[in-house]
Amino acid sequence: MQAIFEILKSIYPLRHLSEILLLLLSMVIFSAIILGIIAILVMFFVWWERKVAGHIQSRLGPMRVGGWHGWAQSIADGIKLLLKEDIIPANADRMLFKMAPYIVFASSFAAFATIPMTRSLIGADLNIGIFYILAITSLIVIGILMAGWSSSNKWSLYGAMRSAAQIVSYEVPIGLSILVPVMAAGSLSIKDIAEAQSGGIFSWYIFRSPFLFISFFTYYIAAIAEVNRTPFDLPEAESELVAGFHTEYSGMRFAMFFLAEYANMFLVGSIATLLFLGGWNGILPRPMLPEFVNFILKSLFLVFVMIWLRWTLPRLRVDQLMYVCWKVLVPISFFCLIGHGVWMVFMGEA
Amino acid sequence: MKGRDWKEYDELNVNMGPQHPSTHGVLRLLLKTDGEIVKEAIPHIGYLHRSIEKIAEKISYTQFIPYTDRLDYLAAMNNNLAYTLTVEKLMGIEVPERAQYIRVIMAELNRIASHLVAIGTFGLDLGVVTPFFYAFREREYILDLFEMCCGARLTYNYMRIGGVANDLPPGFMDRLKDFLDYFVPRVEEYNQLMSFNKIFIERTAGIGVLPADVAKNYGVTGPNLRGSGVKWDLRKNLPYCIYPRFEFNIPVGTGMVGKVGDSWDRYWVRVQEMLESVKIIRQAMEQIPGGDIRAKLPRLIKPPVGEVFFRAENPRGELGFYIISDGSPSPYRLKIRAPSFCNLSVFEEISRDWMIADLVAILGSLDIVLGEIDR
Repeated sequence: MQAIFEILKSIYPLRHLSEILLLLLSMVIFSAIILGIIAILVMFFVWWERKVAGHIQSRLGPMRVGGWHGWAQSIADGIKLLLKEDIIPANADRMLFKMAPYIVFASSFAAFATIPMTRSLIGADLNIGIFYILAITSLIVIGILMAGWSSSNKWSLYGAMRSAAQIVSYEVPIGLSILVPVMAAGSLSIKDIAEAQSGGIFSWYIFRSPFLFISFFTYYIAAIAEVNRTPFDLPEAESELVAGFHTEYSGMRFAMFFLAEYANMFLVGSIATLLFLGGWNGILPRPMLPEFVNFILKSLFLVFVMIWLRWTLPRLRVDQLMYVCWKVLVPISFFCLIGHGVWMVFMGEA
Repeated sequence: MKGRDWKEYDELNVNMGPQHPSTHGVLRLLLKTDGEIVKEAIPHIGYLHRSIEKIAEKISYTQFIPYTDRLDYLAAMNNNLAYTLTVEKLMGIEVPERAQYIRVIMAELNRIASHLVAIGTFGLDLGVVTPFFYAFREREYILDLFEMCCGARLTYNYMRIGGVANDLPPGFMDRLKDFLDYFVPRVEEYNQLMSFNKIFIERTAGIGVLPADVAKNYGVTGPNLRGSGVKWDLRKNLPYCIYPRFEFNIPVGTGMVGKVGDSWDRYWVRVQEMLESVKIIRQAMEQIPGGDIRAKLPRLIKPPVGEVFFRAENPRGELGFYIISDGSPSPYRLKIRAPSFCNLSVFEEISRDWMIADLVAILGSLDIVLGEIDR
């Protein structure tokens, strides 16, 4: 963002504007860039998920729209959703019903503000960046609860209640396993954490200590649950709750939830990349690929694993879901947290 | 709202269906829930009622065969078979050897196709989508075989009173053999994806246990009864057609991963039954003789005055036909004993105090088809 600010300052007619205005302008431009990148990625993920699912299920997936392997399918779907009638149930709490998708959408996109896609492509390098992401993504649950409650549909309410229980519970193991790389880097700033992993694959945190290795997996599993993906997709379990909290939504409001889900997937992939898989650093000590490509490739791989799991595994039950969280993931991540502390003391990294 | 006790709000009545993805058609369940736990699930049926039994009284015996296709539409061949066998029993018709073998091959193929759908949709109920597509891929081969024989892919109308409609087309046996060779290794694929998947077992083992005595009391039949450990299969116990000539086992639930009679056992019985059906078809292919495919019968079928009850082992249980004949060309009364109807009746009993997600699993493991429940 600083770079944009500098560029704006150097352009002649803008030079005379006040600093505050320029800063605001650069903020707007930057968020447009980030939003653009995320939106394109999300479109890509929707298409990709359908392709991967198709090939897993011995089908082809979308093949028609746009020519080559139906690449324009997501765009066509987006236009279709835009043009669809916006239906609000008669008994719905209209204000909450309308607000819910925006809250979900906004909080999942706002999280990208502190994600450094490269060393310089970062919205705000907060010194508590990772903490900010944890906080802002917690807002999603409020949006989901609002959606479920205001739909005046019992099944939606079930979905919302499940979602609330699930997201709130899974934040505990997520927070705990994020703390391990934070401890290793000694900073809450994502940029610093990623920076500390430069110098080839063996300086990535995942390979630094056994505890970091385990906490990568606890984070990843808990994060899949946090974004409501199979095997933890109980809030929207289509065979039980039809579509859970977004049963009653149609058109663009539904698309908001849909986009937010895929944006969240990418968010999880990029956080895991930045905290454990070296962020924008390549496999070799010498930089081979552009930083952005490194980052995107790793995040895409993690998203791919999520898609893969979704089309392979059955869904857990509510009590089993809670069991996995409180009896398995939380103890393991506590163990990793303490274990890595001890490791740092004895290996002289502290 | 005033003057009502808070306790009245503890229970939430939820309507599940008739438009619900996992009620397998148009079943409606009225759930009394306490949070996620279902206190009571009352099935409401009748959304697919077409008064098939009444229609039978106005049409001829032969004309009723296509209506049997529409009972359990996933096992139309078996329905055809059960009905034609009933009329043949009433009239005392001897069916030619070749027709007998063709009938067995068709019935067992359809049993495989039907169990494939049962397994696939059961997976779908539990949130695993991919096996559903695999199951339908395999079913497609069977439907192609049926299409070769009778031109139809779902409602075959293939059996006739006294035989079958057409002889097997040329090349059928080769395609059938190819399919069987292709199919057997695929079952291993399902086992990897579903049967022995940890989450799948967690979701089904010990869930919806149907004890053997309860199953008998409710008249549960088919894989659901055998899943409870009762070794009862009409093909062995009250043999019809030429089943005694074949060697095959009756798989029963053993409680391998949970309790005897749980959802997993019912599922597992189906998986094994498919392999047993393959065995039967292989033997029938070796033994099949040449000759006629239909007995010589008058154009208009007029059974003697009397009544008859006959039941046959369908993929979903025992399908029974009770026919009263007054000597006219159409039955005086025709009653259908549909297996899914009895299997569904036990649902209320075994679904009590499980969670909503389990309810879906139990219903999926009972494998009902609304077409024959409502008739």
